[in-house]
Amino acid sequence: MRKVAIVGLAQVPVKENWTNGLRELAVTAVLDAMDDADIKNVDALYIGNMLGSNFSDQSNLGALISENAALDVNEAVTVEAACGSGSAAFRQAVLAVASGTVDTAIAVGVEKLTEYSEVSPANGLATAADADYEAAMGLSFVSINALLMRRYMHEYKCDKNNFAGFVINAHKNAVHNKNAMFQSAITEANYNKAKMIADPINLLDSSPISDGAAAVVITTADKASQYTNKPVLVTACEVGMDTIALSRRANPLRLKAVENSTARAFQVAGIKHQDIDVLEAHDAFSIMTTLALEAAGFAEFGKATQLAKEDIIGINGRLPLSTFGGLKARGHPVGATGLYQIVEATLQLRNEAPDAIQVPEPRRAMTQNIGGSASFVITNILERI
Amino acid sequence: MDIPRVWRLIPQRYRLEGTQCSNCDAIQFPPMMICPECKSRNQKPYNLNGKGKVYSYSTVYAPLTQFEDMAPYVVALIDLKEGTRITAQLTDVAPADVNIGMDVEMVIRKISERGSNGVISYGYKFRPLIDF
Repeated sequence: MRKVAIVGLAQVPVKENWTNGLRELAVTAVLDAMDDADIKNVDALYIGNMLGSNFSDQSNLGALISENAALDVNEAVTVEAACGSGSAAFRQAVLAVASGTVDTAIAVGVEKLTEYSEVSPANGLATAADADYEAAMGLSFVSINALLMRRYMHEYKCDKNNFAGFVINAHKNAVHNKNAMFQSAITEANYNKAKMIADPINLLDSSPISDGAAAVVITTADKASQYTNKPVLVTACEVGMDTIALSRRANPLRLKAVENSTARAFQVAGIKHQDIDVLEAHDAFSIMTTLALEAAGFAEFGKATQLAKEDIIGINGRLPLSTFGGLKARGHPVGATGLYQIVEATLQLRNEAPDAIQVPEPRRAMTQNIGGSASFVITNILERI
Repeated sequence: MDIPRVWRLIPQRYRLEGTQCSNCDAIQFPPMMICPECKSRNQKPYNLNGKGKVYSYSTVYAPLTQFEDMAPYVVALIDLKEGTRITAQLTDVAPADVNIGMDVEMVIRKISERGSNGVISYGYKFRPLIDF
């Protein structure tokens, strides 16, 4: 397999974007990423999207986006793995280039959740769960995470307050990210007073409903210098799988897919936990951050909330987390999220993050993108050359 | 849910019909076409008896569109006596009275309606166990 590098990137501001639809969001990200790489065409386009057919009445995004971006591609296709769709599309692009099938590819993630008024976006998000045995019984996606949070608090005798540090950190970083949905800090008092959505998950435990698109251009490491003087190597992009329904797991608090995806990624990249300088985790809910940090081996089971402190996960800590605000504060346009994480990690490694959130001279970044209740997980390791 | 799906799910929703593996006896819910333990495709229907304990629960305040009229309501993961777990709503109990480990039993209730003229679907919910 050939070595692969990221040579261009772009992101559209995350928000409730009433003026743009799927096509405008995706085409903007694709064209801006090509401008960043100073490349005129690519061989293939891989699209991460979850809900185009639910909320935009649009499937066949490969044709829609390649035509509207005036791309002359050999191949353009959507890859879907719920909230993990963005990284799933990235993986197809990486594999296509690594295998020698294509020399250049774009991975774009795009999501448009604010199109319909008669059906809640929650209905679309719930399709990530088991339709017959979870969603059809009245479980929103938030409530599935709430079942995990309640059990976690019960088993580990943990106060809800313990999760606040993750949320405060994400918002603090997002203040400096002009593409973030919430560019505002919050306090522990705000967190404690927030409205319940699915007890014990409140509004500030949760990432927001948002629209967005982000893209990267990739090629081989050998050709990367043709396009950029700051290429970033993709040293691992590895998947882990688990059951679709929570009820089918022996111990739902141990995210097997996170464990397997992380272990494979570390093995492929030849690294250990202490080698990670920046971590973009899938903080869709504060409980998911917690469980993923434990399953990935950054904390012992039951102890991840002890990491939720400024001197550990802050920009100058030993494990900078959600450095652009994470899903919580940058926003979570589901199928685009994996690519926002990759774009942000790449900006960190290029030393191009805004000053206040630039991690000092990072060498290696990890992004982890989770689909469903951690039924599909991708861990990416990116390295500065 | 529309008619074909409502009908297809009747065995599970009305009588908790799962499967038992003819090879290794493992019991599954929902029904499996292949045993996840021994990979045998020889699976027979098995009715769960509907008694269990709450493993975890949540009160839903922001429901899916078709459940808006019922909110807030309680959803739960329930450990069934047979060793499998099931996801369901709790009923006949105030949210504040639910706790982990509570004994519950299956009852049939209305689950949802599809619009004002659509199919009304029924199925399992769980209530606190009543000893007679």
